Amino acid sequence: MTGAVLVIAETTQGKTAGAAYELLGLARRLADQAGGTVAAALLGSGGDAVAQELIARGADKVFVAEHALLGEYYADAWVPALAGICREAACDAILISHNAVGADLAPRLAFRLGTAVATGCVEVALNAGRLALTRPCYGGNAREVIAFKTVPAIATVRPGCYDVLAADASRRGTVEQVQPEFDASAIRTRIIARKRDAAEGMRLEDAKVIVAGGRGLNGAGGFRALEDLARALGGAVGASRVPCDLGWCPRSWQIGLTGRTVTPELYIAVGISGAGHHMAGCGNAKAIVAVNTDPEAAIFKDARYGIVGDYQKFIPAFISEVQKLQG
Amino acid sequence: MRIVVCVKQVPNPEIAASQYRVDEQARTVAPVAGVQWVMSPFDEQAVEAALRIRDAHPATNITVMSLGPERARTVLKHGLAMGADEGVLLADTAFAGSDGYTTALTLAAAIRKIGNVDLVLTGRQAADRDGGVVGAGIGELLGVPVISFAKEVHIEDGVARVERVLDDGTETVEALLPAVVTVSNELGAPRVPSLRETMRAARKPVAAWSASDLGLAADTVGAAGARRVPERMFIPLKQNRCEFIAGKSPEEQAAGLAQRLREAKLI
Repeated sequence: MTGAVLVIAETTQGKTAGAAYELLGLARRLADQAGGTVAAALLGSGGDAVAQELIARGADKVFVAEHALLGEYYADAWVPALAGICREAACDAILISHNAVGADLAPRLAFRLGTAVATGCVEVALNAGRLALTRPCYGGNAREVIAFKTVPAIATVRPGCYDVLAADASRRGTVEQVQPEFDASAIRTRIIARKRDAAEGMRLEDAKVIVAGGRGLNGAGGFRALEDLARALGGAVGASRVPCDLGWCPRSWQIGLTGRTVTPELYIAVGISGAGHHMAGCGNAKAIVAVNTDPEAAIFKDARYGIVGDYQKFIPAFISEVQKLQG
Repeated sequence: MRIVVCVKQVPNPEIAASQYRVDEQARTVAPVAGVQWVMSPFDEQAVEAALRIRDAHPATNITVMSLGPERARTVLKHGLAMGADEGVLLADTAFAGSDGYTTALTLAAAIRKIGNVDLVLTGRQAADRDGGVVGAGIGELLGVPVISFAKEVHIEDGVARVERVLDDGTETVEALLPAVVTVSNELGAPRVPSLRETMRAARKPVAAWSASDLGLAADTVGAAGARRVPERMFIPLKQNRCEFIAGKSPEEQAAGLAQRLREAKLI
């Protein structure tokens, strides 16, 4: 692997999502090991300021494709535009953040480029000059390491697996404007409505503390106590899949293999059994506290601290202890 | 309208983590004996999506299709018992060791062979590899639009209208048919086969096609055509260092936990 490692920098409202910086940190490490370079692809608008920030975070070259139709994610616009950049960057590897956009984009880009993709990776390493991609499978119960016969190797990487490089404003890089290879008629899908779940407080991905509830809450009402605790700790509320499927809480709270990936300092799992598909989304938390009535629950194998007991009694008592500490 | 639903047979994903064993040689997971093989749950929801479309448009033909060994016939039977009209099994020793690429290649060839397919449905990812690659791949290979992570699928006048799941909500997307739609768990519970449908399913046709039936050379499919090289499969070790906070009351436990978290500078 001596060519470029290309990072797809996803932007929201003209700002780079933090996950792009993690990918740049990873790309820098891989490129330095292999003697290659780091490139980044920036679609839509945002322009030079964002490009300079990507350089400060590790990119040697930023390809900017500005086009009105690239401002929000349409696969039929992004895939041909990115395919063009990938060819021009002569890259050996493409790194994409594993979220709803990345999980939709990466497989299509792989087929368009005649190569392959590993989704939801937790580790991307160089092994004898070839990329080795580690990813959870079997509902998070097992992990596989795979490589590809084709280049570029594409990986979607779970957020929180790699550190962000400190911004270095003295770093120098080049910015190249590219003409996207598509026209409006290529876009075969049309977004006709969008419903955002009411965002209360911070994004789960940014939260230092997350209080998450599972089936053991026994109903939507249980989340009120979790919200009170999250408020006391300055954190956010999440959930395993069951409460989302049962409509106890918004689907956007779902953490896990098919939900969001979070890496808080403190993850308090309440009434969550700890199935692999949930742990795939929170297993990288610095410390996990599990509250469960069942001392045999699998979650205690992942937890640093365990509380065996009824959350309805424990959580209010814990909130008042937290408030005592905070004076 | 003609719908094809691609379904995969997987070891029952509801089994406890302790029942997973790794076959280091084959670099695959070998569930312990007695574990059932079932239809991957997201694929079951894709069958449900097809049946809901047929509930609204009775002149709809639903084919369930699976790439897998002979034992995968049971998931086709399950799809037929749920209400699908016919089954196609893509079975050939040459298909063994398929990756996301060769699976999509083989399924796309079979969909072309059926012909005039308006809608292809798949689960958002299979419950074994959790890749989420094949649906998008079928769309790319067939040159048709793909809408992923569907919560609801409606068809009106040759247009698919799909509510799809985002990280922070949903969006409604339209595309002209033919199209591929991948289905997420938010679609809701699949129907349970009735006794009557299960009896009828036994008489529904199931075709079996090989690589040559699809016009695919053996060295382009399965492990031979795969782009993925499996290097290792393992079960992650759990550190298992949980400290249980004892206490005579919830209040004592709460005080104990708060103290430890404060010492660890976590709160």
